[in-house]
Amino acid sequence: MIWLTLRQFRVQAAVVFGGLAALGAVLAITGPGISDGYHSGLAACGTRENCSQFTARFFNDHRSYFGALAVIVMSVPGIIGVFWGAPLITRELESGTHRLVWNQSITRTRWLAVKLGVIGLAAMAAAGLAVLAATWWSGPLDEAAHDRFPRITPLMFDARGITPIGYAAFAFALGVTVGVLVRRTLPAMAITLVVFVAVQIAMPTWIRPHLIPPETGTVPITSENHGDILLNGDAFSVQVRGVPGAWTLSAETVDASGRTVGDMPTSLAAGPCAPPPPSADGGPPMGPAQACFDAIAELGYRGKVVYQPGDHFWPLQWAETGLFTALSLGLAGFCFFWTRRRLS
Amino acid sequence: MSAVLQAEGLGKKYGKRWALSGCTLDIPEGRIVGLVGPNGAGKTTLLNLAVGQIEPSAGSIRVLGGSPASGPEQLAKVGYVAQDTPTYAGLSIAEHLKLGARLNPGWDGALARERIERLGLDPAHRAGKLSGGQRAQLALTLGIAKRPELLILDEPVAALDPLARREFLQGLMEAAVENSLSVVLSSHLVSDLERMCDYLIVLVKSRVQVAGDVDELLAAHHRLTGPRRDAATLPADQHVVSESHTDRQSTFIVRTDGPIHDPAWTVGRIGLEDLVLAYMTPAPTRPTLEAIR
Repeated sequence: MIWLTLRQFRVQAAVVFGGLAALGAVLAITGPGISDGYHSGLAACGTRENCSQFTARFFNDHRSYFGALAVIVMSVPGIIGVFWGAPLITRELESGTHRLVWNQSITRTRWLAVKLGVIGLAAMAAAGLAVLAATWWSGPLDEAAHDRFPRITPLMFDARGITPIGYAAFAFALGVTVGVLVRRTLPAMAITLVVFVAVQIAMPTWIRPHLIPPETGTVPITSENHGDILLNGDAFSVQVRGVPGAWTLSAETVDASGRTVGDMPTSLAAGPCAPPPPSADGGPPMGPAQACFDAIAELGYRGKVVYQPGDHFWPLQWAETGLFTALSLGLAGFCFFWTRRRLS
Repeated sequence: MSAVLQAEGLGKKYGKRWALSGCTLDIPEGRIVGLVGPNGAGKTTLLNLAVGQIEPSAGSIRVLGGSPASGPEQLAKVGYVAQDTPTYAGLSIAEHLKLGARLNPGWDGALARERIERLGLDPAHRAGKLSGGQRAQLALTLGIAKRPELLILDEPVAALDPLARREFLQGLMEAAVENSLSVVLSSHLVSDLERMCDYLIVLVKSRVQVAGDVDELLAAHHRLTGPRRDAATLPADQHVVSESHTDRQSTFIVRTDGPIHDPAWTVGRIGLEDLVLAYMTPAPTRPTLEAIR
């Protein structure tokens, strides 16, 4: 049965693993150069300010490849679900070959167990290889962009660690399940894609923030950590950017009594925080003066941030992978039930 | 003699429609069984129940003493050539034989290779490139080489031209004799089955109309021709299968175990084809008959 599974899986496996091998080759060739450039640049930059300028420039030079690689890693599970999962059983149903293979001296349950086992493992291996290669290649960039794109934030989280493996198992099981329900290859592929992308969006939006209770902290608003500053007529507000290396879920301003406030008193906007005159050379306006932040602190306004700190990365990775593993097993169980009872 | 297939009140429902209902059968061992009926009569449903592809909605079925597809041993005992003789288009003939060898502990590789060779097929050929007849032969080879006790075939020759049809049925007969197989074979054409079957099941509108040994069936059915009369006037032991009337003459096909004494009748024997047709043609309804008078 393993032989038959591998034989039928040959072309699809060759396409995906071939693509990964090509990607791996490109990364293997370009990776050392990036690593060298980063480390020699760091060694040469000297002062702290120069170094932070260097890392920002270094990251900007490579950010499109960095982003593209993250997107590729994130799309591997989807590709597996659509091209490995959905057609797995629909192809048999459409060509009638399930009637041939289900009447060999092997039960349907065992047939499905081998198929799900072998290809499910291949799916997890493919995602694992992709994430391994991408993490290795992106190492210097991850370090350089530690402040701007911490690996715990949504886009990076799905392309690092072990969750891509969980996603791959889930996408594959989802594809097979949709396949046994819909029974036709093309609709099954389309539905699998839509559902999987929806899950990929829903997960960081609604579920991941609560997998582990987030932390809440209040921080003074300073010239270092302020984010958006809004000055609209009399309304004045300052957002804080949150904790470095963390995933900020929400940031708001609280007054001295800890109450959430939208706007700060207009006295600030008219006084120390009044916008500076446009700079003479036409460049972007400067931020508020230090006096503004001093005034804010004096009035007792602070930033309140709800966030997943950077050290929640691995616990969250394990929690999410565990969740997807459980979902995959549930879907696989359903496939067994449905294949035994409802397919013919 | 033990039974190859026993069904008791067997039925299968799809949605609200019964594809097969009230099916009671007891097919003895070592027979070549023909299952005949028009398209949509429930032949495929019955055969799929027998191989365990589907589960019954009512009643029970036992095949070679076991519940269909209940485990590897049961699956090994029953060979199945499904409708349209499916094969894997992307796999070569040799790979199909390898598939058979891998998935069946009782696989007879020599038999399979020898059959493919005798058919003049190239083992490297992909199944998708085979003609309908060759594909059917490949499917049959897979069914035979797993060395089943019972081989079930669902309309295997429906899509074949007359020559391929004859070759296929000949190959099937030879294999059945050589391996002392029981065979159940369905078709919507009696002519396919006439020469090879010794047991017949007629299935019409999801119900078994008649089932039995071909010779016994032929001996028990008669064509009665004579002056016009109503079916109700026939003796009670003469079961009317079909009737047709002209103004002055009536023709009945009756089933009876006793002799026919009425001198008014011209009694004739009927062939298998006529017998099946008699069961397939719906009897004219009584009101129509009344209206004619």
